[in-house]
Amino acid sequence: MPPTVSHRTLFEPKSLRDALKMLRDEGPLTPMAGCTDLYVALNFGTLQETRFLNLWRLDALRTIEMRGDLLCIGAMATHTDLIRSPLVRRRIPMLAAASSEVGGAQIQNRGTLGGNIANASPAGDTLPALAAADASVVLTSAAGARRVAFSAFYTGYRATVRRPDELIAGVEVPVLRGRQAFRKVGTRAAQAISKVVMAARFEPSRGSGPAVVRVAFGSVAPTVVRATRTEAALAAGQSLDVALGILTEEIAPIDDIRSTAVYRRRVASNLLAGFWTSKK
Amino acid sequence: MFLWQKNFAVFAAFALLLPVMRLILNGKRANLGVHPLKRLLDVLREDCALTGTKEGCGEGECGACTVLVDGAPVNSCLVPAAQVAGTRVTTIEGLSGRHPLQRAFVEHGGAQCGICTPGMIMAAIALGPRPTLQDMRVGLAGNLCRCTGYSAIYRSIAAAAKSKNRRERKARRAKNSRSSNKQERRKRRIARNTS
Repeated sequence: MPPTVSHRTLFEPKSLRDALKMLRDEGPLTPMAGCTDLYVALNFGTLQETRFLNLWRLDALRTIEMRGDLLCIGAMATHTDLIRSPLVRRRIPMLAAASSEVGGAQIQNRGTLGGNIANASPAGDTLPALAAADASVVLTSAAGARRVAFSAFYTGYRATVRRPDELIAGVEVPVLRGRQAFRKVGTRAAQAISKVVMAARFEPSRGSGPAVVRVAFGSVAPTVVRATRTEAALAAGQSLDVALGILTEEIAPIDDIRSTAVYRRRVASNLLAGFWTSKK
Repeated sequence: MFLWQKNFAVFAAFALLLPVMRLILNGKRANLGVHPLKRLLDVLREDCALTGTKEGCGEGECGACTVLVDGAPVNSCLVPAAQVAGTRVTTIEGLSGRHPLQRAFVEHGGAQCGICTPGMIMAAIALGPRPTLQDMRVGLAGNLCRCTGYSAIYRSIAAAAKSKNRRERKARRAKNSRSSNKQERRKRRIARNTS
């Protein structure tokens, strides 16, 4: 049966400024991007919210461009936009890889990067890639913009530091050197929510600078997590076995409908081992 | 008089609540007075009587409700009406039953129970003229079929691409040999497709 929408209201801003004003004056509103998560809740009858803000027409948030050394990706860039963007493919291939494993073509054509971030699912496919890239999230409100490091953006299960009057305008990705990898393990190659998802990055030490190791996992904790102690161990030159030991202590997966904690620990280790041993 | 006033009030309320939305639906201009949050799927099936688009899962997993918005396949069960205002929407009805893919699905067993078929064909259109097997697998990953095991669907798409390319070659040859008026031929083709 079609879901009822008659008691719900939609606000349609013409510009970003319009949208921010509406959020400030008419709030609280639920921002609505590609609706690939929001409308699943609507169809299931679990959507509580009644007032929405349509961001789909805000083309200003759709740009993917370089500003100085930073790659700035607008929140409304769809997964298809990310997969096709030469800038994204060259500078942060693990994000392009993550986007190409989000749903099927239909979902990739609607789902947006900002929506994936705001939905704050621990299984969000693009989130480990952003965490491993040391990206920062740009939050804008009528009062101004602020930047939050991606690793500080989530405060708990489906909880973020975004205030109700703020919009996610986009993300900024610094220059990344070295090797990147993205791996998603699910029941099916496409169109499945992950059991474990990993993005990793290794930048060998140059001259006196230390090596940079970033390892981020999804679906193994209440939020996307960076395995910081494992990273430190690997960067310090400790053996892979030691690092894997630390990793299994560091992540906190649970049993749920998609998988078990034991399986997730094992697969997370295997993914990291696969990344680390193939780097040379 | 009283009745008229009452009806007017109802009319005015509807006019206020439901802003008219303009879009190009299957090549024709359409003005629709629908709730902006109504699902595109319901707008098509209930307000436009285009029931070729099916609802499968209602959560973007099965692709049965696939339509094209500005040429790109989307799940119409996850698209609010407001987001297609001003766009070109194409449903299975927009192909008028004459698309090479439709013929190929019939001839090569690409359709069995038929529920996934409209969505499969709309997603297949977006694959372009000469899709490889890998293109098909990736492009149709968001469309589930429980009957055919997919092989017959891939065969149908390959056959449609072949027949389309053959027809195009034939048309090119005809064009080169005959010196007929290009404008005339275009008019005839449009008349044939819209009749």
